[in-house]
Amino acid sequence: MTALPVPYRVVARWQETPDTRTLRVEPVRERLCPFVPGQFAMVHAFGRGEIPVSASAIPIGGGLGFTVRRVGAVSEGLYEAGPGDTVGLRGPYGTGWELEKAACDDLVVVAGGIGLAPLRPLVRDAVADPEPYGRLNVLVGARTPADLMAHRETGLWRTAYTGVTVDRPGAGWSGDIGFVTALLGRARFDPRATTAFVCGPEPMIRATALRLAALGVPGEHIRVSLERNMRCATGHCGHCQLGPLLLCRDGPVIGWDLAEQLMTVREL
Amino acid sequence: MAGTATTAVLDRAGLDALVAALVADGRTVVGPTVRDGAIVLAELSGAGQLPYGWGVELDAGRYRLVRRDDDAAFAHSGGPQSWKAFLHPERERLWSAERAADGTLTVRADRAEAPSYAFLGVRPCDLRAIAVQDRVLASGHYPDSGYRERRRRAFLIAAECTEPAGTCFCVSMGSGPAVDDGYDLALTEVVSAAGHRFLVRTGSAEGERILTRLPRLPADAETTALASAAVRRAAERMGRAMPPVDLRALMGASLEAERWDDVAARCLTCGNCTLVCPTCFCTTTEEVTDLTGDHTERWQRWDSCFDLDFSYVHGGPVRASARSRYRQWLTHKLSTWYDQFGSPGCVGCGRCIAWCPAGIDITEEVAAFRAESSTPREEAPQ
Repeated sequence: MTALPVPYRVVARWQETPDTRTLRVEPVRERLCPFVPGQFAMVHAFGRGEIPVSASAIPIGGGLGFTVRRVGAVSEGLYEAGPGDTVGLRGPYGTGWELEKAACDDLVVVAGGIGLAPLRPLVRDAVADPEPYGRLNVLVGARTPADLMAHRETGLWRTAYTGVTVDRPGAGWSGDIGFVTALLGRARFDPRATTAFVCGPEPMIRATALRLAALGVPGEHIRVSLERNMRCATGHCGHCQLGPLLLCRDGPVIGWDLAEQLMTVREL
Repeated sequence: MAGTATTAVLDRAGLDALVAALVADGRTVVGPTVRDGAIVLAELSGAGQLPYGWGVELDAGRYRLVRRDDDAAFAHSGGPQSWKAFLHPERERLWSAERAADGTLTVRADRAEAPSYAFLGVRPCDLRAIAVQDRVLASGHYPDSGYRERRRRAFLIAAECTEPAGTCFCVSMGSGPAVDDGYDLALTEVVSAAGHRFLVRTGSAEGERILTRLPRLPADAETTALASAAVRRAAERMGRAMPPVDLRALMGASLEAERWDDVAARCLTCGNCTLVCPTCFCTTTEEVTDLTGDHTERWQRWDSCFDLDFSYVHGGPVRASARSRYRQWLTHKLSTWYDQFGSPGCVGCGRCIAWCPAGIDITEEVAAFRAESSTPREEAPQ
């Protein structure tokens, strides 16, 4: 069967940053199978097309959240969708963060910009049920203070350490300045018993994963979420290839033990 | 199937009867025919449209029709198209959707009805290519329903290869010139003093049923011997050969080779190789709306990894250089295809060599990568 988009109605939306909004959607009738944190949907804007978007909220009561940055025709259409509008969803697709495999480990969550979106349901799960895990660390970086998504919520999470840093501070910013990797020195974790979850721009993922590996976190315990062009999400269109991987099928979340050699070849 | 296969001999009237029987069954019969200076694949209404008496001369960047001394119908290698043009068409509507005045969205599967194809004259390399696309498109967690349905209904008549071209290298890819599996009927063409005829073997129950409806002769010893000799001779006359190396390992270890710069200087990134390749399957999608804006259709069309948009993500293409795009194509075809789908993506048909406007030869490139990998690199001074 070719999966058809399932209609979901937008019930609420939030402005996250000047060019990014989160849509909260509920099924009109039929609903998709449950998503796990890290998985994505193909989100359809009527008359424009589909783009892959990781779930940025997976509320217990049902529905889903998707965070969309306005960068192209389809994301523009979704950004403009408001309460009452209908979007089409296919999914869930791809691999998840697999938080359950991190039991007993310290958790290090590292987000760059709206890379926090696919990580947010993971952090919410870890905050809501901290018992199985060691210390939770959340490290967030963005270009400017205005580019910090979910800034208020980030400050409310009960963690062992929460760090927020920006590359270019504006007036009134009294927090950290610099790359998110600089915060790793203040995070509280035992590298040999840590699972890290990293999402953001590719150079940021590469720098963060290399730093974590240098500190002694095993590659298979550094989970990264990667982005590629995707047209079908079902392994047939060929667009999301990264070397031997089809990221719609084998990703988007993969271990650094697999990703390292692929992310250090230019233009692979 | 070999144990239960029936063999027989068809003459040209028998071949006419075969096409007539398939047409009478309501099938769309597709086979080779001469058009626009090439042997193309097109719908046939009778076996008389086959390219009797035509052959081809192929080399890197070169394709020419030539008259033969005999009346052979299948004495040519693959033309500019392959069977994917029918099983995995260039454009296909996936679904359509309507938006009602109150915003209600209705989405429906809107694929065209699958024809019942009969493919006449499938070369062994192309039969292998169909099996490769079966693994990519019709298996896995999300089979492509359109492809699977067209494939399920298709009746395949293979034609063993007796006249390989200068660009052919199926022997080195293990995909020809004989066929032993994956067909409904297999033909081997024999032209001798005793006449023009086709040794036919059945490969499926459907093939058996069709054969019983045709005027045929028992498979005689002379025809059988001539047929197998012709195929054996074809194996000895391959125009090219893929170097006998572990292609998967060689290409996997050559990602930073200098040869990529050399080939990138010749490659026009036109994508011809991906269009003529019988296994290249990549597609993109397009959204088409009508003037009211309330009806939208989702179309799938062939795409090429040589196109800059292919790897576009916000900010720019992942693979901007010609070097990286040629590398993606070649390493996928020969190496990462194994990781993704359990076999190589190359069947040795040679189309990418013949139809490359720059005459880039996949076997020559692999030989260069092999030579580079076996040359010790200069050690950097400590």
